[in-house]
Amino acid sequence: MTQVENRRAAAAEPVDGALRQAQRPEAAALRQAQRPEAAQRPGAVDFGALPVVRTKHWIRWILGAVVIFVVAQLVWTLFTNAGYGWPTVARYFFSDAILRGLGMTLTLTVVAGALGFVVGSLLALMRLSKSPLLNSFAWSFIWFFRSVPLLVQILVWFNLGYLYPTIGLGVPFTTDYFVETQTVTLVSAFAAAVLGLSLNQAAYSAEIIRGGILSVDAGQLEAAAALGIPQHRRITRIILPQAARSIIPNAFNEIIGLLKGTSIISVIALAELFYVSQVIYNRNQQVIPLLLVAVLWYMILTTVLSIAQFYVERYYSRGSARVLPPTPIQRARAWAAVQWNRLDDEPKKEVAA
Amino acid sequence: MTTSTLTTQGHVEIRDVTKSYNGVEVLSGVSLTLEPGEVVTILGPSGSGKSTLLRTINHLETVDSGWVAIDGELIGYEHRGGKLYELKERHVLRRRTQVGMVFQNFNLFPHLTALENIVEAPVGLKRLNRADARELALGLLEKVGLADKADAYPRQLSGGQQQRVAIARALALQPKVLLFDEPTSALDPELVGEVLDVIRELAGLGTTLVIVTHEIGFAREVSDRVIFIDHGVVLEQGGPGEVLGDPQHPRTREFLATVL
Repeated sequence: MTQVENRRAAAAEPVDGALRQAQRPEAAALRQAQRPEAAQRPGAVDFGALPVVRTKHWIRWILGAVVIFVVAQLVWTLFTNAGYGWPTVARYFFSDAILRGLGMTLTLTVVAGALGFVVGSLLALMRLSKSPLLNSFAWSFIWFFRSVPLLVQILVWFNLGYLYPTIGLGVPFTTDYFVETQTVTLVSAFAAAVLGLSLNQAAYSAEIIRGGILSVDAGQLEAAAALGIPQHRRITRIILPQAARSIIPNAFNEIIGLLKGTSIISVIALAELFYVSQVIYNRNQQVIPLLLVAVLWYMILTTVLSIAQFYVERYYSRGSARVLPPTPIQRARAWAAVQWNRLDDEPKKEVAA
Repeated sequence: MTTSTLTTQGHVEIRDVTKSYNGVEVLSGVSLTLEPGEVVTILGPSGSGKSTLLRTINHLETVDSGWVAIDGELIGYEHRGGKLYELKERHVLRRRTQVGMVFQNFNLFPHLTALENIVEAPVGLKRLNRADARELALGLLEKVGLADKADAYPRQLSGGQQQRVAIARALALQPKVLLFDEPTSALDPELVGEVLDVIRELAGLGTTLVIVTHEIGFAREVSDRVIFIDHGVVLEQGGPGEVLGDPQHPRTREFLATVL
């Protein structure tokens, strides 16, 4: 027999071979021999040699069956209900208009997310600063942008021209401008969207970042100060990396919220994913399939972000856990290695072990 | 560490220092002079102000009145034209690097490895480049007997090992004065010895050591001078034989009777 055939022969053994062997009389005898104290005492029972009967969880089984039934029913309707319009979904899923809308959604998320977190970090540091002026400015900013609904903020930015028809640089508190331009040309729909989303985002991320900073043990700041590490480095090297552990899950919540929140921009007719879907279904009346296109894209992007979150969290948990949790890839590789080794094992060895 | 063995600096002058928290006086007019290279142990019941006194030496606590100077330089203030100017953060930092500190709870940075913990300050202060700092750190780790733990995170080390890394970290800036704030109080009894061994090795190398501790036996063995503090006042000081062997003040006798 070749080695491969050998492996196949070993693989033909049932998977729970080890368990069965334990119940075979010769294996039991072997165990008995390994425990002389049990063998010496007459009448003593060697519990190790007895088979184990597991508890049957009837309620768990019944509930499991109900869940499987409900899910199966739902999946069945997905395929049989023509209303979903899967062919239409497929036709539009990669259409130019949808992909351009997707691009706009991604751009808004990245730009507003980045601006939001940069401004948010500054606001968080201002909130923690000893200056009462900076502190109250940051507090008021956060208060204001959390108070006004995002939809209203975006409409106001878009219609800023009604409030300030022109914007210019000039002598403070007068209307003598050196440079002056029409607000409408300066604040485009895109600019209004970015302003609204990022300022709103800044207010929320500021509180998340502040919370993270507060969660770091005060001894850490003291130790860094005692070592004479300069202040900016104390924040970037010592405090923020530790704060990141509690910031990251919330931050990803915010970014995922922002990703889907960009759909609110459709009110100012900026061609992002949701707006494009609406335009198409208003033309061809395929409401559900087009909404499905948008939803599937949001789901794909959220999945990507969730995977990214796992790795970022894992990175920042260095030092807080003794051993890092394995990545799914490492776990899969370890599982494959175990299975492979099992193929190699000869049954005799297992008994000896 | 040739520089620290040859140094004759590390003279600490503490004059009439008072400090109150919420109206409670923790230090009431403490004056002390520590000679360069001296090993001084501060004893006292809890709440006596010994930790606060230690923390005023590197300006982690500001004083209400009085002053602290290291080698003639005031801590936290600049003396110019008959006035004391409060120093900017970065000037305080420069002076603070002359004073190393080892904390009761180690306060290692948990997200950095043992090596990175030591490298952080010399690199952050632009004293050394990363490669040199690494070499220095490996040398220090070897000195505290942890050369093989360079890449371990603090959480992966025992308390005694963590405290030894913390001592190596404090040594990385080659301080003139090293402060120990109850360095063994958070340790299991069987781990105390390894930390005391490291401190014992530092004594007599020229660095001024100020140790707040409850290990009376260790204080007797290692110190040049023992200081007893209660209620923010220095009640007694002198060689370990005098203060620990033949205490004059009744409070000292009472304290030693409860601790020994």
